[in-house]
Parts: sequence; C-alpha cells; structure tokens
Amino acid sequence: MLPLTAHTGTAVPLARSDVDTDTIIPSDYCRRLTKTGFGPGLFAQWRQDPAFVLNQARHAGASVLVAERNFGTGSSREPAVWALRDWGFAAVVAEGFGDIFERNALRNGLLPVRLPTDAVTTLRSAVEADPALPVTVDLAESTVCAGEWTWSFRVDEHARWLLLNGLDEIDVTLAEETAIAAYERSRPHWLVPAAPVAP
Amino acid sequence: MADKIWDAHVVTTAGDASDLLYIDLHLVHEASSSQAFDGLRTAGRKVRAPGLTMAVEDHNVPTHTLRITDPISVEQLQTLRRNCAEHGIELFQHGDRSQGIVHVIAPELGVVHPGMTVVCGDSHTSTHGAFGALAFGIGTTDLEHVLATQTLALRRPATMAVEFTGVPPTGVTAKDMMLALLARIGANAAAGHVIEFRGPAVRGLSMEARMTMCNLSVEAGARAGMIAPDDTTFAYLDGAERAPSGADLVRAREHWAGFTTDDGAVFDRTARLDVSTLTPFVTWGTNPGQAVPLSEAVPDPESFGSGAARESAERALAYMDLRPGTPMREISIDMVFLGSCTNGRIEDLRAAADVLRGRTVAPGTDMLVVPGSMAVRAQAEAEGLDEVFTAAGGSWRYSGCSMCLGMNADRVKGTRRCASTSNRNYEGRQGPRARTHLVSPATAAATAVLGRLASPADLEELCSH
Repeated sequence: MLPLTAHTGTAVPLARSDVDTDTIIPSDYCRRLTKTGFGPGLFAQWRQDPAFVLNQARHAGASVLVAERNFGTGSSREPAVWALRDWGFAAVVAEGFGDIFERNALRNGLLPVRLPTDAVTTLRSAVEADPALPVTVDLAESTVCAGEWTWSFRVDEHARWLLLNGLDEIDVTLAEETAIAAYERSRPHWLVPAAPVAP
Repeated sequence: MADKIWDAHVVTTAGDASDLLYIDLHLVHEASSSQAFDGLRTAGRKVRAPGLTMAVEDHNVPTHTLRITDPISVEQLQTLRRNCAEHGIELFQHGDRSQGIVHVIAPELGVVHPGMTVVCGDSHTSTHGAFGALAFGIGTTDLEHVLATQTLALRRPATMAVEFTGVPPTGVTAKDMMLALLARIGANAAAGHVIEFRGPAVRGLSMEARMTMCNLSVEAGARAGMIAPDDTTFAYLDGAERAPSGADLVRAREHWAGFTTDDGAVFDRTARLDVSTLTPFVTWGTNPGQAVPLSEAVPDPESFGSGAARESAERALAYMDLRPGTPMREISIDMVFLGSCTNGRIEDLRAAADVLRGRTVAPGTDMLVVPGSMAVRAQAEAEGLDEVFTAAGGSWRYSGCSMCLGMNADRVKGTRRCASTSNRNYEGRQGPRARTHLVSPATAAATAVLGRLASPADLEELCSH
C-alpha cells in the first residue's frame, strides 16, 4: 500500500446519526467476490430520493463525508468501506463510529475522523454553506483544516503507523514469527476444534 | 474476565499500545471471506492454522430447498468450497447434518470454551461470549490477517458491567431483557467496550438464552459481550460432540476455572437493570434501541427532547409508517420470521411451538420458521415441532441466516411489516422497504396467531373471555 499522509477535497454533509452498515450498502449489493465494484450500492435506498445529498450537483466530486454520531454502526461488512472508497470518499468525519467499521476503514485507507459534536456541527454547516470549501484531513499532523478552523483528532496508533508508512500489516506481523511460534507451542493440545482435512 | 483472557493470549506487545493477540478459533462463511483468500493467493501465503479454522455455508443459502440455483450464491459457495479444499479447512456444506448458522453450529459442536478468543467475519460473533470466551466480529482485511497469522493486533478494550438483578417474570426472555437494556442505554452506548453480563438474572439463564443475550451485545455497539462460566456452562459442554473428554476434560476444567470474574473486579462503566417487573418488549423504530414494552404505545418523538434522538425517532416513524400514541398491540403484522443466530435454537423453537400448538396463523399473515442449524431442525422434528408449525400454517425450512438479513431469497416484500426474532430492524434490512419489529420467539408466535403484535398472555385472555 502507498503511504498515506494527507487528503484535501470538498465535503458533503450527511446530517444523520446512527447510519448503519445496511444503509451504507444493502446486503444485496454485498454479494461480490472482489474488493471493488461496490459504488453502485452506496446508500442505494437513500439515493433513490433525488433530493438526497449525494444526488445534489453542488456536492458532486466531494471526497470527505461529514456525518453525525455513530456512523457505520452494525455489521462487519467491509463492503461498507469499499463502497465509500469506490464512490470517491477518502475520509469520513463524525462524532463516533461503529467499532468494526472504524477498524475496517483504517485498514483500507478511508480515514475515520472522530471530532467533538461542536466541531462536526461547525464543519457540516460550513460545507452546507460553501460546498466548494476545501477540507484537509492530515494524518501525519492528526488535524482537520477547513477555512479558518483547525481541529485535532486521534486514530488508533498502530493503524496510523501502518498507513503513514504504507506497510502491509501481515508482513509486519509475520516478522514476529518467533513469538507466534513460541506462543503456539504453549497452547493446550486439546484446543484444536476443527477436524483435520487433507489440503 | 475479559482482561484475563486478553492477558492469556498476548503474543507480543508493540510500543504503540496494541497487543498482538492469538486467536483460538476462526469461523469462516461464504459472504465475507472470498476476498481474503484471494489476498492470500496473490501474496503466496498459506493459512497458518487450518486446525483452528472452520467454515460453513449459511449467509446466502436458500432455506426452501437444498438445491442452489441462484447464480451469485452458487459462485460464492463454489469459491468457499475451492478455498477450503485448497487450504485444508473443514467445511460444513449446505445440506450437511452439521450445517447451520455459524453462531449456532460452533456452540452446538462444543468447539467454543471458556477463556478462548474467537473471531468471525460477522458482527454477531459476540454470541460465543456466552461461554466466557472473548468473541468478536471482524472485517475481510482482518480475516485475511487471521488466516495468515492466526493473530490480530488490537488495543485492549474498555470494560462495562451490565448487571441484571431480580428474577424475570414468566414469559420474559433474554431477548426482552436485552431490548429493555437497549431501550434504556441506547443503541450505541457500549461502543468500544466489552460487556460482561452479571447478576442473578443472568445466572438463572440457560446457555441458549445466554447466547441470545451476548448475541445482542453488539446492538449496544459493544465490541463483545460475555458471561463468566459456571456449572451451566460446564454442563452444556459435557458431552458436546467436540468438547474435551476424559483426561483432556480434567485439564480443560482446570484451565476454564481460571476465567471467572474476581469479586473485586473493576469495570470502566456499569449499568444495572431490575428485570423483576419487565414485560415483553418490541421495537417500534429502525434501530434495536428504539423499543418499548408491548403494553405501551408508539412514542412521541417530542418525548426525546430536541436533539439527534428526536430527529432519529421522527425519521424512524416515517419509515415505519407509525403514528405516535398508537398502542403497539394494534399494529398489524404481515409476516413473522422465527429464526436467526439470535433466536433460532431449539429452546426458541419450543417456546414458539408451545404458543402455536392447537392454534393457526392469522389469515393474511405469513410465518417462516428457519431452524438455526440442521441439528436444531432434526431435534425439532424428533419432538414434532415441525408439525406444530406446519399445522398452524407456518413454512418449515432448512437452516441458514435467511430473512435476518435478506441475502438469500427470503425477504420481506415491499413495505410489508414483519415481526422478527432476529437482531436488526434497520431500514431495508429484511428487504428494500421492509418494516421490522424485533420480538422474542413467544411474542412472534402469539403475533402470528392474532396477526398483530401480541404476547402469549393476550391469547390466554382471549380464550378466557
């Protein structure tokens, strides 16, 4: 993966809390074998409404989504993240995220930016008023900048380090082979649940 | 308890506050794994521990037939079969006697024990916490990481104690207790936390009811939910097909005894709910926290103040086509779904059958009964429950996730209204415009009979009049 340090783009306001993963992408659209091609399923139901914010020409091309509380609550489906990426989003700013969604987002370079309520409200109002307002999400500096405002945010340190350095997490873990093998030797022998199958 | 399990699984500790945690059991299904196996193949990596990995076909399989014709389902299942064969992973195929919903079959087989770490590419992996295991859902990228390394790098989660006090009245189930809790604390109140369910009302629950409870902990936003192991846990594992036996059982019992909760355990947060006055709960909105007692009415959004909760309630009522003040009992129901990893076990089917025996499903209402596993189906048939359901007019099916998430052909059509024993009442969850009310199995059965939201007590009242 290429190192990720900062992203600048316009933003789209989504004034809704508790946006669940089934709304982000209904299960019908999850039935794919690839990691791409999920864009058409993004907010599939809501997009049927011509007034829905993603259908508005003034927000076309936006790459930062500004939501409310608890964005991405619900299922573990990674297509929720892949669909947002496919659509062109690089970051989601919200007051909080579903745990699994947040982790999935970080593992796909979709930055989940957690800000306090007043900051999210201010940013959402600002981009509603001026859809062309550039918003910068800087992972290296851990800041969001828009117009006159700058806010700090924190993401999981391990994920941040992987993203900033463009590291493959599996490679990083496999470098701990000695420790993993030692742990495996210490496990109880009866803790092997699956029946053996010849590959 | 969560801390003890954590400490027992730390492989290494990185400098950035994350621990590399060993995973004892990795459960895999067809709907979230294909991209992970592709990733392994591209990188030339192998599955590190096939003996700690089990796969099952559950999410998109049909339940009306054992013949799969939907081309996308066929492709996903063939891909899983190919991946399992290539990596030597045990697979329970559609139609096998041990096939079923992943969170139903793993406990049934006896492969989930106290003190284990369990992951699966499905959020309701929290179910397995009922055994005193640390069990949580992961996405596809993490799934690939576990396949390749049998570990995950994680930050230690915060802990939350939920204490259920009192004795639940007859007819009040683990489902009602959890809907009441979610209504009280909100659908996101436990974000970032591992919940430990405690208290006398939890101790009195069967293992299956504990699974329902832990299953729904993720609906509180929790990373996981768990219950300390006790004699109920050990009795359930005794004789389970793959649980340790003989000398191994003696060692296992010693090992398991190390994963109880210390008396003075400190939690980051606590919540308490007295269940002695609870009555059956139902949801009225589009998240599982939007729930009220069946005896109450659709709430007025005004009662939620002026913030996001009120806006959320307004939107939910518009989607659900409900008016504030309408008694929940007057809401008519077109479809009843009994099943899912939340309430698809034999005790759930028995509870519903007890209500339906000698009664019929109301005209204009359809009922779908999907056993959580083929073993549950066989057991139900041995007890004659299938005949109770079919005689009442219900449809008796094979096992799978089915109408819980509408990934197969079982969906709620149009804007029909469904009383469902599953776990999520999100917009579009059971069908693009479907309206879902979450209920317990007994409430589902009574609702089927009357064609409106109802509890078994309502049926008895009608009979006595």
